[in-house]
Amino acid sequence: MLDLILSGDANFYAIVRLSLFVTFSATVIAALIGMPMGAFVALNRFPGRDALIVVLNGFMGLPPVVAGLAVFLLLSRSGPLGPLGLLFTPLAMIIVQAVLITPIIAALTRQVVEDLWAEYREELLAMGVGPADRVGTLLWDARFSLVTILLAGFGRAAAEVGAVIIVGGNIDGFTRVMTTTIALETSKGNLPLAVGLGLVLIVLVMIVNALAWGVRRWSERHAG
Amino acid sequence: MRDLTSDLPIRFDDVALAVGETRILSGVTLTFAIGPPTVLLGPNGSGKTTLLKLAMGLLEPTQGRITFAQRPRPTSRRRAFVFQKPMMLRRTVAKNVAYSLKMAGVPQTRPRLAGLLEQVGLAAFADRPARRLSGGEQQRLALARALARDPEIIFLDEPTASLDPFATKGVEDIITGIARAGVKVVMTTHDLGQARRLASDVVFLAKGRLCENAPADAFFNNPTTTEAQRFLAGDLVI
Amino acid sequence: MHMRRVALSAMAGCVLFLGVHASHAQDKSIVVSSTTSTQDSGLFGSILPMFKAKTGIDVRVVAQGTGQALDTGRRGDADVVFVHARSLEEKFIAEGFGVKRFDVMYNDFVLVGPKADPAKVKGGKDILSALEAIHGKGAAFVSRGDKSGTHAAELALWKAANLDPAVAKPSWYKEIGQGMGAALNTANAMPAYLLADRGTWISFKNKGDMEIVIEGDQRLFNQYGIILVNPAKHPNVKKEVGQAFIDWILSDDGQNAIRAYKIEGQQLFFPNARGSD
Repeated sequence: MLDLILSGDANFYAIVRLSLFVTFSATVIAALIGMPMGAFVALNRFPGRDALIVVLNGFMGLPPVVAGLAVFLLLSRSGPLGPLGLLFTPLAMIIVQAVLITPIIAALTRQVVEDLWAEYREELLAMGVGPADRVGTLLWDARFSLVTILLAGFGRAAAEVGAVIIVGGNIDGFTRVMTTTIALETSKGNLPLAVGLGLVLIVLVMIVNALAWGVRRWSERHAG
Repeated sequence: MRDLTSDLPIRFDDVALAVGETRILSGVTLTFAIGPPTVLLGPNGSGKTTLLKLAMGLLEPTQGRITFAQRPRPTSRRRAFVFQKPMMLRRTVAKNVAYSLKMAGVPQTRPRLAGLLEQVGLAAFADRPARRLSGGEQQRLALARALARDPEIIFLDEPTASLDPFATKGVEDIITGIARAGVKVVMTTHDLGQARRLASDVVFLAKGRLCENAPADAFFNNPTTTEAQRFLAGDLVI
Repeated sequence: MHMRRVALSAMAGCVLFLGVHASHAQDKSIVVSSTTSTQDSGLFGSILPMFKAKTGIDVRVVAQGTGQALDTGRRGDADVVFVHARSLEEKFIAEGFGVKRFDVMYNDFVLVGPKADPAKVKGGKDILSALEAIHGKGAAFVSRGDKSGTHAAELALWKAANLDPAVAKPSWYKEIGQGMGAALNTANAMPAYLLADRGTWISFKNKGDMEIVIEGDQRLFNQYGIILVNPAKHPNVKKEVGQAFIDWILSDDGQNAIRAYKIEGQQLFFPNARGSD
């Protein structure tokens, strides 16, 4: 298994590249949707707000296979978005991962922003900060917590197997990622290879976390 | 564009504030107008902070009326509030002040920024993360943020309560400077000495009631109410 | 704000990349839904590169259980269906979802079990009597239980022996609802008997204490068929490219490629394309 990595096996690196690409994209999309959503819910009062918060929190526990099935039915040629032909493509995998982690990011962002707003409320009101500016100010001040939230989302997305297989099809050379390869090799009885790939996956996720931590330390030094 | 509207004078007319069953303030009638500093004096829990926030427009009375230059709501941006424990934005000292300028609609020019930092003695700390400042330095940053709004009135809530004497002197000097420049200063304190040093007028509160409202000399030498007398004598006002 | 700009450009980059990637890939590619056992045998890894080299066509194989593979064809999410369950395939055609069915190749099933052989079936030549012995002894038996071709074959064999554990559900009959690899892992761990296709068995790397106990019975013959999904039902089906694949697999080139695929020196699949069916 080590020789796979060391020999620079093209197929192996293609799988790693695709895994990182899919998960990064999904995290970015989920953040662009989930963070403003979380901030909005944190800062505004509207009818049904409590129910929405309960739903958001609940969706953090959305069973991935259910998400996979829902997206599958949506993207299938026989489904409403069929004409787009997205099933069994990397984009489908990005979509399903984004669907899974957007609630996590939104719910956690909401909590962080709400706590921060409680702290900042009087000062910002005294400074005449309007509703539009509040979102930006709080999200920026919460940036370190937000990075942690992003990492949580990234980790969750990187770990996904079931939903990704359902909508991606685990197609060799096209939609096969690290987690689905591990599942496949396990089912082929190729346990040493599966374990090896698992370790590589963990190391990759650790590296991403280390990079994020490095960015944070640098940033703290420069702007507290 | 310089905000030309004014919210002064601020008139309280039999104002009361209750939270649920608890009366925090009752029967407060007074006026804040342009002039030398007014100190709201009184023991802890007497309602000073609440009165200050009502004057700023951060709270609304449950009874009575407050008018701002005869209008029901404050409209000018030229008022500022310095909290007892000021909240530092997670950015540099300079960026904190720049933020205040931006929110007040004041042009963020380099000379103006530098001038404000100079005024509070924080010029050397411009690029330091604001959260790394000491208590006294943070209080001075809060003052710089307040001054960034080019205020006609500044409210200060126990500005030196958690500071050592050296830091306290620094802050008091800045306050005196602000007052001399024509800005109306309204500040709360429970520190008798500070009141003596800074007050031109004293508003004395005890247990949510406005007990006395008089020029400083008159108040310190001739307190009329029992509560004021006991407070000045150093007794607990229960 | 700085952060926002970085995020937006990251997003834009992703979309661009995907757009380019997707448009590239669509032109000469088809989706073939097939079974996990065929995938796990490694056949596709061997023959598809030959097809690509010859025609430049990307064959994307989605491997599922037979039932699921046919359903994928019914939904129009695949262009070609390639499975091994004759009766289910004919039903698929009768329902109008497939154009025509062609024989491609066959492999065989084997009965595997623990070396300890609790039902004493080893060395026999008759799968039906072996099943009777297992049933009589109540020896542990793992079933795919997932509507796959292997599952259908297993049920047909029990029926031929006049037994019906799938309905009676005795405790020694374990339906796991998963693919061949998972079933083999489970049977190895229990231990239990299991009906497996020879291809998956040979390439399976976690045999542990198991071995083939019955093989060679004609009843264990496993026929593969290939079907083009009906473009009349699903206009998105790439019928020319799909047909090109079918034509190739039925041609001498394709049939030879199948014949040439060996694991540990053993041929797994025996090409038997005729004309039409």
